[in-house]
Amino acid sequence: MNLVPRTLALLRGDPRADRVVPPTGFTAHLTVFTAAAMAFLAVFALALSLASARLADRWGEALAQSATIRISAPADQLAVQTAAVLRVLEETPGVVSARQLDDAEQARLLEPFFGPDLPIGSLPLPRLVEVVEGRPGYDGEGLRLRLRAEAPGAVLDDHSRWRRPLVAAAERLNRLGLAAIGLISLAMAAMITLAANAALSANAQVIGVLRLVGARDAYVARAFVRRFTLRALAGAAAGTGAGMAAVALLPPAGEGAGFLTGLGFRGAGWLAPLLIPPVAGVVAFWATRAAAFRALREVT
Amino acid sequence: MIELRDVSYSYGGEALLRDLSLDLGPGSFHFLTGPSGSGKTTLLKLMYLELAATGGTVEVFGRDAAGLGRDDIAMVRRRIGIVHQDCRFLDHLPVRDNIALPLDTAGQERQGHQGELDELLSWVGLRPRADATPPELSGGERQRAALARALILSPDVILADEPTGNLDWEMSLRLLTLLVELNRLGKAILIATHDLNLIRQAKAQVAARVIRIRSGRLEMAGADL
Repeated sequence: MNLVPRTLALLRGDPRADRVVPPTGFTAHLTVFTAAAMAFLAVFALALSLASARLADRWGEALAQSATIRISAPADQLAVQTAAVLRVLEETPGVVSARQLDDAEQARLLEPFFGPDLPIGSLPLPRLVEVVEGRPGYDGEGLRLRLRAEAPGAVLDDHSRWRRPLVAAAERLNRLGLAAIGLISLAMAAMITLAANAALSANAQVIGVLRLVGARDAYVARAFVRRFTLRALAGAAAGTGAGMAAVALLPPAGEGAGFLTGLGFRGAGWLAPLLIPPVAGVVAFWATRAAAFRALREVT
Repeated sequence: MIELRDVSYSYGGEALLRDLSLDLGPGSFHFLTGPSGSGKTTLLKLMYLELAATGGTVEVFGRDAAGLGRDDIAMVRRRIGIVHQDCRFLDHLPVRDNIALPLDTAGQERQGHQGELDELLSWVGLRPRADATPPELSGGERQRAALARALILSPDVILADEPTGNLDWEMSLRLLTLLVELNRLGKAILIATHDLNLIRQAKAQVAARVIRIRSGRLEMAGADL
């Protein structure tokens, strides 16, 4: 409801209305500092949240698109069952490709555990078939049922058992980041409320005179609200700028980089922290407005 | 415009005012007298809605004060000019801005009232002191500034609590002349004062009623005035 004109009017202000409340240095500095510090922390919480969301997506996608079928059967049936598995996979919608791993590839997989000289041909190892899934993917349960019927020694491993906890951990980290932003907003609201209360107490006589000459509560509150909103905006803008610079200076995520080196913003993600100053302004607006109207109720 | 019917006010279990009835109609002129501590200021505060009556009915401009919200009270106060004994100001603003404060809070453009503002400043003799701040003013100057502030919105009712307490006789007479003129324009005036000379002077010019608070009750003052 006329939000934009009202916001612009608030920011533009009324110089005469502003003058009725004398500036109070201590609360002004406290508000600017608090908003800057909270915005700085919010940038990091946002970077953590976005990075963990990216990680969850990447792990989820990469792991969801590949699967392995392990075929354990007596030696005389192994080739027959492998052929049956490949035939089933060819006919399964959602499977992009399927291929049997040869002896050399299997040897490479086992090399970290048994060394390079493993006589793989003489061991009764299961056959492995790598499956690449398309979008949309295949019906896992349906494929398992067909494999059980046509190749009883085949077991589908779609990696979900060990993928799930990793993705869940990344998603939880993402939620923790968002919760941290919420807590930071609440802490900022609390600090601004304290600063506003201090300013309101210091100006009790001013408020009394204004009410005496017929000022409505909204007029008195507006002088405080505008001042605190602008201070919070300015502080948050400075804190956000500093936070973004600090994130930009973090080591880049190179080849084989870990999670911490990937902590940062990517592409359009750099726009996300720009929301922090307006959010800080909104928090300051409501915190100061609530404090002002509460204080005004004490004045006749 | 302001009517009190059987109004009582108690504080801390003690009844300060009892069953007061008073009607400030258009064009009425009242002097309120009584010993110090008798409740004159309390009565003015009840009429200005700074205090709420603990009994009876206060009606302002046709509305029961008990049913008024905070914004309604603000609107009522714009129609009542008050001069308090303690003359509270915004100490960081110059006298000119303090006098214009009711215009600002009422959302009225100051430019449209510049003439009235200058006229008021001249009339109360504060034009040379318009840029001084209230702490730089003497007691009398503060009282005159408070009077100018009370009149800037051209109120329907003027309540003044000892408005001549810090004024010399010449200034007191000028104040009285202005109030009599405003009264002839239909404004309701109530002045709480100990100044019997002022009351006698006024009675010579206008049909003023003199009421006295005694033991928490209102009574008409006798011929001793």
